[in-house]
Amino acid sequence: MPKPHGGKLIERIIKGKRKERLLKEAEEIEKITVEKGVAADIENIAKGVYSPLEGFMTREELETVLHLKRLPNDIPWTLPILLDLPKDLEGSIKEGDDVTLTYRESPLAIMHIDEIYPFNKKEIAEYTFETTDEKHPGVAKVYRMAGKFIAGKIDLIDEPEGPYDRYKLSPKETRYLFRQKGWKTIVGFQTRNPPHLGHEYLQKTALTFLDGVFINPVIGTKKKGDFKDEVILQAYEILIERYYLKNHAVLAILPYEMRYAGPREAVHHAIMRKNFGCTHFIVGRDHAGVGNYYKPYAAQEIFEEFPDLGIAPLFFKTFFYCRKCGGITHEKACPHSDEYRLKFSGTRIREILRSGKLPPRELMRPEIAEVIIKNPNPFVE
Amino acid sequence: MEMSEKKEEEKKKFTTISIPTPLFEKIKERIKGTGFTSVSSYVTYVLRELLAEKEEEEEPFTKEDEERIKARLRALGYID
Repeated sequence: MPKPHGGKLIERIIKGKRKERLLKEAEEIEKITVEKGVAADIENIAKGVYSPLEGFMTREELETVLHLKRLPNDIPWTLPILLDLPKDLEGSIKEGDDVTLTYRESPLAIMHIDEIYPFNKKEIAEYTFETTDEKHPGVAKVYRMAGKFIAGKIDLIDEPEGPYDRYKLSPKETRYLFRQKGWKTIVGFQTRNPPHLGHEYLQKTALTFLDGVFINPVIGTKKKGDFKDEVILQAYEILIERYYLKNHAVLAILPYEMRYAGPREAVHHAIMRKNFGCTHFIVGRDHAGVGNYYKPYAAQEIFEEFPDLGIAPLFFKTFFYCRKCGGITHEKACPHSDEYRLKFSGTRIREILRSGKLPPRELMRPEIAEVIIKNPNPFVE
Repeated sequence: MEMSEKKEEEKKKFTTISIPTPLFEKIKERIKGTGFTSVSSYVTYVLRELLAEKEEEEEPFTKEDEERIKARLRALGYID
């Protein structure tokens, strides 16, 4: 199993008497209300999913991440993890202060402020997303942030509760679990969709030479038209129960807000799975992309810049069903032309499901499709 | 930020090391037609790769951690 990113699994969760004391203190100090995505970042920092980060980024960290795709100590890191200072709190919070980060009106964490700094949001967008187009959801989010950022370590005092907590594991827990199962090689699979047969084929191809698959759907804020969390989980439950060997697959959620940063986010996804204990990570076509902002395989090419990442990316080309081959195959294995190929187009499958019909069984298992269409509204509105 | 300040900032992010000139020339030849744009980027890549191989084994779990984790995984149905 690989060492956590940066060498040490971060754990910044306050327990016991210290928690009681901090909860009391949290009421008395200045508060910053955070939204769901930031709450997920806080939880991920505290549990070590973002190891070696211990808090929100300083100016120096942000600069090296943007320009060098690394932290100041040369550890690969590609996405800015930022907290902006609400305009109405400017002046009442200063460096050296502690603040309470609240979520849904409850104290979530204490932040120890090391630095407050302004930064050019256009520069953040340009380097992170390779575009400054406001139509890009990640860029739009950066532009909505206030002009100043606050940096410093956080301590989680109360874990945010969610409806899918029974699927939530920390890196410490997955590392223990993988060891218990006797897995030495583990492939991480990132998803935000219910599985079609292309996904299943990807995972099982990896399973032919690795010990276990860690299916880790992203749960949290999504964009309109994405599948709802409950649908993704129900679909995977059925798939694993009926078509996987119990001792070779683990399903657990990742509370996280997608940035849609394409190549940079693919590396971030790999780092998170390394922290969970994965040795390998599947990177598909247009991983973490949106619209036409990234070249189809840019998210695979970026990995060439990181010989020291500590997790091996597995690159797959597009899979499809070939009527002549009579099965799922890919460009390197199938000699037949396009007319025989049924492609796993997410958009197309979504359209069929939206109309209440079952997609062809060559593309999606009927049991999975039924789970989706039985839901009165399987998509985010 | 002014141009001179930017250059200063850049300087802080990199430093110079010396390697024998024949080795430099050899690397220059080696990287022709590859994705590497300079000898520096190649040397950086190789060194990072080499250093990453030296990572030590993971620290073991404490007894307390192990008990807590085991109980939770069992309660959630991940282990029997």
